[in-house]
Amino acid sequence: MNKQEIIGHLKAIVQPYIQDQTAFESLTEDTDFINDLKINSANLVDVILDIEEKFDIIIDNQAMEKMINVKAAIEIIEMHLAEK
Amino acid sequence: MIIAIEIDIEYMNKRVVITGLGIVAPNGVGLDAFTNAIKNGISGVKKDAELERLQFSCQISAKPEVSTELALHYFSELELRNFNSSGILYGVIAGMDAWKDAGLSIENNDEPDWDSGTIFGTGTSGIDKFRESIYKIDELQTRKLGSTAVAQTMNSGISAYLGGKLGLGNQVTTNSSACTTGTESILMAYDRIKSGQAKRILAGSTSDSGPYIWAGFDAMRVCTFKHNETPEQGSRPMSATASGFVPGSGAGAMVLEDLETALARGARIYAEVLGGNVNSGGQRGEGSMTAPNPIAVKKCITTAIANAKISADDIDAINGHLTATSKDSLEIQNWSEALNRKGNNFPYINSLKSMVGHCLSAAGSVESVATVLQLHQGFIFPNTNCEDLHPEINSLIDASRIPQQLIETELNIIAKASFGFGDVNGCVIFKKFKD
Repeated sequence: MNKQEIIGHLKAIVQPYIQDQTAFESLTEDTDFINDLKINSANLVDVILDIEEKFDIIIDNQAMEKMINVKAAIEIIEMHLAEK
Repeated sequence: MIIAIEIDIEYMNKRVVITGLGIVAPNGVGLDAFTNAIKNGISGVKKDAELERLQFSCQISAKPEVSTELALHYFSELELRNFNSSGILYGVIAGMDAWKDAGLSIENNDEPDWDSGTIFGTGTSGIDKFRESIYKIDELQTRKLGSTAVAQTMNSGISAYLGGKLGLGNQVTTNSSACTTGTESILMAYDRIKSGQAKRILAGSTSDSGPYIWAGFDAMRVCTFKHNETPEQGSRPMSATASGFVPGSGAGAMVLEDLETALARGARIYAEVLGGNVNSGGQRGEGSMTAPNPIAVKKCITTAIANAKISADDIDAINGHLTATSKDSLEIQNWSEALNRKGNNFPYINSLKSMVGHCLSAAGSVESVATVLQLHQGFIFPNTNCEDLHPEINSLIDASRIPQQLIETELNIIAKASFGFGDVNGCVIFKKFKD
């Protein structure tokens, strides 16, 4: 799976949680989940559970702490996919 | 000094009125459907396939019907993801409906509405979500519970959901006193407004549906097992053949408001809350965890009357607790002794439970909404399933006081009482509003 495909899946996953439509539409690698997309911080857990389900991976607590933006999420997803 | 005292007296004597109603009942969701149902004796009791599958003794229940489409008027799609709390669903619908019915808007300001709060009771919260969570925990999947397991299962979940949806900045809390919960929430709201601490309180209560909330009662054999094939005849308050209550669920809500505030904004006023009382029999004397101490019940009623500054003879009608168990006769006897009224001189009395079963922690508020509708529109809804009136009840009060047909008549004062496990009692006095 290439980076653009991962971003495509990520967009679909975060869509229900975002509260800033403009930031969502112009989502890039540098987009921050909380500051830009205005996702409620409590919902980040749900985003990560949805990512785990979509990519069939398990994200541990340390990795989870780092997943605050699109770039970090892609890196962690790519790493797990490579291990499979 | 004298001025200060006068201000203090005025401060303690705010009149409290009801300006909005909301209802999610087994026999009607929304005020129009519910009013039509109670006037026509329409039952909300049905055969319950889930209780049958789980081999309950009682296989009938009374649940409100709420479609996903309706729920989406009150919750976002995101909120309904992994949502599994029927009590919060019912409570939010009833609460928001009452708010809108009162002509109040939902603002999205930075500051909350400091003058408005909610006291919205429940017995448990999200018991199905709790069950789902427990299975995950035991399968070592705690990390997969998601972010809303706490909000859905904390007892104050219902007041927290409502507080956020309405932007309430006054007290936001959940009370819990078994089957007295809904009546107690109205009286707690009344006290807070009367003492000037809030201008407006959304009062009400809710109860979850389903086997996990009702099983304990089924195990106690307090639910009827004789009407599994005749559900609509199952809930028989005051009947000689009453054989236990029918488990129910739902939510009732009302906006209680300081009279001056209500008048200033030109709100429709359904009724006035004159006062009331909550107490406990302390599980002493004849009282126990499950049985009411009759001395406390009578004291609750007489204190409510004194608190409302009326006389027992002023009461036109009673909306009883009357669950369809062997305690119905005792309740009638307690009312008769507390009011010192019997035979033909007894007020009209009815029990909503003949149509909606026993909605447990929602009972007091669901039944209070029915009571206030009776005052506002001038009717007494019929008692169903008591064509064979219990002889002990008939020996205390005249059968004409227990109407089995709708009566359209002007009413001035109705007393509503609820009694709950833990030997707790609540009695509230509602009056038709006259300036």
